[in-house]
Amino acid sequence: MDSETTSQQPKTSQVETKPKLNPNNRSFKLQAENIDVFYDDFQAIKDISLDIVENSITAFIGPSGCGKSTFLRLFNRMNDNIDGFHMNGKILIDNKNIYDESIKVEELRKKVGMVFQKPNPFPKSIYENVAYGLRIQGVKDEEFIENRVIESLKQATLYSEIEDNLDKQALSLSGGQQQRLCIARALAVKPSVLLMDEPTSALDPISSGKIEDLIHELKKEFTIVIVTHNMQQAARVSDNTAFLYMGNLVEYGDTQKIFTNPEKDRTQNYITGRFG
Amino acid sequence: MNNAKFNRLKDKAFKYTGIIASISGIVVLAIFIGFVIYMGVQRLSWDFIVQLPSRFAEESGIYTAWMGTVWIMVFTTLISFPLGVGAGIYLEEYAPENRWSKFLEINISNLASVPSIIYGLLGLGVFVRMMQMGNSILAGALTLSLLILPIIIVSTREAIKAVPSSIRDASNALGASKWQTIWHQILPASFGGILTGVILALSRAIGETAPLIVVGALVYVPFAPQNPLDEFTVLPVQIYNWVSRPQEEFIINAAAAIIVLLGITFIMNGIAVYLRNKWQSKMEW
Ligand SMILES: Nc1ncnc2c1ncn2[C@@H]1O[C@H](COP(=O)(O)OP(=O)(O)O)[C@@H](O)[C@H]1O
Ligand SMILES: [Mg+2]
Repeated sequence: MDSETTSQQPKTSQVETKPKLNPNNRSFKLQAENIDVFYDDFQAIKDISLDIVENSITAFIGPSGCGKSTFLRLFNRMNDNIDGFHMNGKILIDNKNIYDESIKVEELRKKVGMVFQKPNPFPKSIYENVAYGLRIQGVKDEEFIENRVIESLKQATLYSEIEDNLDKQALSLSGGQQQRLCIARALAVKPSVLLMDEPTSALDPISSGKIEDLIHELKKEFTIVIVTHNMQQAARVSDNTAFLYMGNLVEYGDTQKIFTNPEKDRTQNYITGRFG
Repeated sequence: MNNAKFNRLKDKAFKYTGIIASISGIVVLAIFIGFVIYMGVQRLSWDFIVQLPSRFAEESGIYTAWMGTVWIMVFTTLISFPLGVGAGIYLEEYAPENRWSKFLEINISNLASVPSIIYGLLGLGVFVRMMQMGNSILAGALTLSLLILPIIIVSTREAIKAVPSSIRDASNALGASKWQTIWHQILPASFGGILTGVILALSRAIGETAPLIVVGALVYVPFAPQNPLDEFTVLPVQIYNWVSRPQEEFIINAAAAIIVLLGITFIMNGIAVYLRNKWQSKMEW
């Protein structure tokens, strides 16, 4: 929103090198400051700080259980309802701490959309799935809703496949179509950030490819954070990559650099498949 | 005999024990129903349904009894449905997880197995005497509502639990409030299960005799009830009354009334099964 922080240097607490994450002096969209996350006594995230610039794609990689999903869910406060969850530190979006008491979680989530690992359309029609976000905001203008539904479906590159069947049950779509529907559903409320937690891990390679292309397109309008298990995917789609290991941020920087010439042996070992 | 052979023998023994157990249950039920139909079907007629009770078996009908049953069931539904479903939603979605809610949970399950006569005594003490409702339909319906509330609460919770958490996540992630998620996603997805539970609970209530006798359902009511504070009788009480008469004719009347009561119960169960199937096929994840 404002660009007070454009001059700020990227914060990378665990990393000695300070990669150039902010080449064009774009403002930071998302900032994590000294984040610790606990599930009861178990510490899932250990003092992570990292900044993400606007309209970029950032990939979180790392072995299962290293805390990628936990970290991602901090940005739309989806951890809040988990038993035993508590945290230290700040998450800033547009320079505002989203864990501040004045923040309404519902409002936050209209700005920060999320796509899940397993496609999870509602058991309703395609149309109603996409319209849902607007309906719960109290939008009554049906023409407005219809335009937004179509716009979102087009943006998610699904419209041409289903344009005559908007009333069809969403669960009858293929897995890849369902996932693009879920993306359209998230886009329909016009967020500025999109969080994706392994969005293609349940899909076949062709469907995954379509979603990767789509993610590339969406970068123009959204700040995207994607968790992925798939190294090639991270390398293909992201601008920056963060490698997490056992709750620590091991390395964070330019994707090209992480994959060709990482600073840390641990990163090197992971991306070359020697562990994880 | 080696081990495998012995196991196969055990397998067979268990299979046949199972078959015999199920068949004997079904056979006994079939004999009972057959006997009742054999005895009662001759007495079934339009007159039997629309006539008032009488001292003479041949002129006696079940009009006041089934009207009473309808009144009681309507009020029981009006009371127990919102209360039971509301409590189920509260316990499943809102109640904090602590020792108190655990205690409540265990006790609700226990309440479902308390003998119905106890509920009758409670109804007599609280609704009939303390709240001075008298031997009215309202007192009877409140008593039956207490009786079936635990069943409705438990089945509502089960139905809500069966909704996949991914649906809840999807709705929350779009900025829905807790209530919006419940209202727009959780309830529609669990409604088949909830309705099934409610109907099965009601079809239990419709056959209850003991608690209604305790709260004062009368054995002889000359007029159909006009309002919820009227006195009443219900089909099971009428049946109970008739079978305790020595005359053969009244026993036949009882058999005919049992056919009507069974018919109503079967229809209710049929509706429950139909709704469950309909919602299940709509809600394939
Ligand atoms: N709801 C939870 N309760 C307790 N521990 C959890 C919960 N969710 C995740 N964890 C633990 O936190 C760690 C990080 O989990 P997660 O963020 O899901 O990792 P990833 O997405 O990288 O596989 C794991 O060790 C996991 O067991
Ligand atoms: Mg994960």
